[in-house]
Amino acid sequence: MGDKVKITIDGKEIAAVPGEKILWAALDNGIYIPHLCAGRDDHSPLASCRLCFVEIEGYAHPVPSCTQEVSGGMVITTRSERVDRIIGTGFELIMSNHRTDCRACPRNHSCELQKIARERKLKLKPARLPRLDRDLPVDGSAAKIKYDPNKCVLCGHCIRACREKGAGVLGFARRGFERAVTTFNGSPLGESGCNNCTACALACPVGALALKE
Amino acid sequence: MILTEEEKREAVEKSRKILSRHDSSKGSLIPVLQEVQSALGYVPPDAMQEVAGHFNIPSVDVYGVVTFYNQFRLTPPGKNQVKLCMGTACHMRGAGIIMESWERVLSIKVGETTLDREFSLERVACVGCCTLAPVAVVNETVHGKMTPTKVDGMLFSHRLANPQQKEDKPE
Repeated sequence: MGDKVKITIDGKEIAAVPGEKILWAALDNGIYIPHLCAGRDDHSPLASCRLCFVEIEGYAHPVPSCTQEVSGGMVITTRSERVDRIIGTGFELIMSNHRTDCRACPRNHSCELQKIARERKLKLKPARLPRLDRDLPVDGSAAKIKYDPNKCVLCGHCIRACREKGAGVLGFARRGFERAVTTFNGSPLGESGCNNCTACALACPVGALALKE
Repeated sequence: MILTEEEKREAVEKSRKILSRHDSSKGSLIPVLQEVQSALGYVPPDAMQEVAGHFNIPSVDVYGVVTFYNQFRLTPPGKNQVKLCMGTACHMRGAGIIMESWERVLSIKVGETTLDREFSLERVACVGCCTLAPVAVVNETVHGKMTPTKVDGMLFSHRLANPQQKEDKPE
């Protein structure tokens, strides 16, 4: 890696590796930016959760920090009226079809959605949008893993984990409102060739994939 | 949908033949799937697995592509193909209700085929006769101003005209 460059995030001077994405530079230095879909080793980030927007001085519009590389002298602000508005709406859209069952959820208190709501003072219940529960069956067919697609936020962490550590049976299918993390031919996890490595359950930030109790 | 051994063998054979004409660069994935669909009329799981093996990608990724695009179908087309227009005019005239009635009388969802392979149901965009909305196209015949009662009637008269169907039905 080359020499580090200096950037400023929220008035704090930070040394970052050139080519590194703003999101990771900020997180590594204790500055929180909401994010769900970003993965540290992504070559081309999905940038699909729309939660990691920041303002950069000299840029006309807020940009997703998971795709924007740092460059020397960048001045970044993680909060602004525009950023808060984008993130607030993005979060509301995600929450409008996330089954909020926190009390019974294994991720309660370690949930990424709860964290974002707390950090940015957002409500878990969408104020302007109706709740659209997909009402899909919960898959408990695997020996160690339970999959509740109604909680899935389509971040893709489980798919990544499944391919790196597991049998590579998970993937995205369909599109739009129907889009879901599923297996080949939509077969239950237990019949999909899943080897119960539980990497997906550990990677899931919202409790859609969880360890069986 | 349960496929016969014969159909599975045909799917594998035809897919292999198609794949032999293509390299394994990722850009060939959709053209290959299109060729499979035009050879078989649909893209069965066995064909998807062959394709995944050829491109050296997880089979769930092929499934993802096939389910993403409307042009691919997962079940074999029925003897009678029902196309339901979901264009703007039909939509406004209650095409959703018509779709529900077809789904109810055939006990399948849109995009599927009945177990006896008599009917398959699919949604299409505008078929070009909006004055007749809502429209259903059965095989090549256009049926305009559809109502749920008309759906029931069409199925009833089809069953009357094809009485052997009932006898063939498994218990």
